[in-house]
Amino acid sequence: MKNEIKKDLLTLGSHTFSSRFILGSGKYSLDLINAAVEEAGAQIITLALRRANVGGLANILDYIPKGVTLLPNTSGARTAEEAVRIARLARECGCGDFVKIEVIHDAKYLLPDNYETTKATEVLAKEGFVVLPYMYPDLNAARDMVNAGAAAIMPLGAPIGTNKGLVTKEFIKILIDEIDLPIIVDAGIGKPSQACEAMEMGVDAIMANTAIATAGDIPAMAKAFRMAIEAGRGAYNSGLGRVLDRGAAASSPLTGFLTDSGE
Amino acid sequence: MSMKYMPHMEQLDHSMMDELLAEVNAVDFTAFTEHDVRHALDQEYLSFSDFAALLSPAALPMLEIIAQKAQVETRKRFGNTICLFTPLYIANHCANHCIYCGFNCHNDIQRGQLTFDEIEREFRAIAETGLKDILILTGEHRAKSSVEYIAEACRLARKFFTSVGIEVYPMNSDEYALLHEAGVDFVSVYQETYNPETYDVKHLAGPKKVFPYRFYSQERALMGGMRGVGFGALLGLDDFRKDAYATGLHAFYIQKKYPSAEISFSCPRLRPIVNDASINPRDVHEPQLLQVMCAYRLLMPYAGVNISTRERDVFRDNVIKICATRISAGVKTGVGGHEEEEKGDAQFVISDERSVDDVVDAINARGLQAAMTDYVFV
Repeated sequence: MKNEIKKDLLTLGSHTFSSRFILGSGKYSLDLINAAVEEAGAQIITLALRRANVGGLANILDYIPKGVTLLPNTSGARTAEEAVRIARLARECGCGDFVKIEVIHDAKYLLPDNYETTKATEVLAKEGFVVLPYMYPDLNAARDMVNAGAAAIMPLGAPIGTNKGLVTKEFIKILIDEIDLPIIVDAGIGKPSQACEAMEMGVDAIMANTAIATAGDIPAMAKAFRMAIEAGRGAYNSGLGRVLDRGAAASSPLTGFLTDSGE
Repeated sequence: MSMKYMPHMEQLDHSMMDELLAEVNAVDFTAFTEHDVRHALDQEYLSFSDFAALLSPAALPMLEIIAQKAQVETRKRFGNTICLFTPLYIANHCANHCIYCGFNCHNDIQRGQLTFDEIEREFRAIAETGLKDILILTGEHRAKSSVEYIAEACRLARKFFTSVGIEVYPMNSDEYALLHEAGVDFVSVYQETYNPETYDVKHLAGPKKVFPYRFYSQERALMGGMRGVGFGALLGLDDFRKDAYATGLHAFYIQKKYPSAEISFSCPRLRPIVNDASINPRDVHEPQLLQVMCAYRLLMPYAGVNISTRERDVFRDNVIKICATRISAGVKTGVGGHEEEEKGDAQFVISDERSVDDVVDAINARGLQAAMTDYVFV
């Protein structure tokens, strides 16, 4: 092991990635995408098909650097059926086989519908898509999505666009413990420190958009996120030291009186 | 106000309207203080009372901090994206006598209606500017501009545009369903004023006189399968604070009943019309207009806010930084006029005649991203 560098890769379907930062492409100037991807070290970038202005001015696809994997999302879908149609449309447009399923029929909080998402996952996985379902962190729904053929599970940290961080932390921990697929926290991550915290916890990757898109300096924030994600991953891989809730550990153990030969 | 429905009009239960009118009647804008406004600004989700505080005279001196909060909320939900659209008037025949509107049936203007060939040529000319989002308009004349005529125009529009909206006369839910089949997903109907008495004296004759039928248009549109609905009061017709308050509540109630509905607000002020240059928005000056737009934003942070060419370029270019998310460009308010001579006179006089390219440049110059589409028809 001495001179061997252990590769720490993220596996999605049959694809592997060394970066654990999935970058959003919506909400900011197309001219900045290149710089943001570079600073983020991102290998996957999401794309809302509804923004992909096929055939019109400023086609977003033209701005995405070569070699980056596109992750089209089904934003705008309100049902499983609509998500399936958007995913197929994305593949027809040359966006590849990855798809992030978003099914939202709540225009106020933009919370995903786990039931419809599972249905869409099943259909699209059978059609050969690498399916990443965006979901509300519910263990039962996550298991259904695994059975439906998902390649990863993308629980929300907080409602989209709120930048509130890991408000669903306890439930994401359960997913980390119970689900064997990669867990990618998507939505709600507002600051690099929150991304770092999620990675320390054992999340496999982070997807962020609003926090970067609304920063004063977009490429610089993309870089800050990359560093935070790498730091969190490093800490997780190293095995975090114990953190005690209160006080210190007794140096004289309570069970020191026990001996093997006592009886 | 006329509550008596005409025979062809579908009737829904009136409880939402009754509740809303009672709420609007009860509000007293003079009762709010600076403290109430600050309280409203501290809330993540506004109560109706908070919303009223933001619309009150007490909020006007605090417009700067209100605008700053509105900007934060807008950027959180919409990022830096500003969507562009343009309206196309395909006919201006009208059976209504609305005393403030250039299309009113007693106004002596040139009337016209585009043929399908002409509509297609207009669409092509508009599409060449890069626009992908079209709003199709007519006057209210069910005989001259039939539902089928509008539907055919919308089918043609689908060939050129990704998003098709309509701003035509109110219809029944089955007619909205037909238009949805034809490719329409967004319906805007403006109540003009929510004060039934004022409504009655501003709308002297025609089907528009039936206040509740107009009020329930958005609900019928959603029942017909539409994705989104637009709301608006014509500011200046009556007490603009009450009308803005009612508009917000109307949208809020509909959103609660139809959670998947995409909501948008338009904020038209009265403008001079052909044969009457004296029409003006009275006490709704730019600060008041911005106040209303910010209040909509904070009541419903996820709703679209449109800004039209009724306003001058400087105002438009600044409100997209604060709260507006969709801006018109390359606008003609006569019938046709993008490709050929206008076939009919305009509904109102516009204040910003810039081309699509100029508006795109203005958006980009402010560090925002001009988007031609934010929608996929499924």
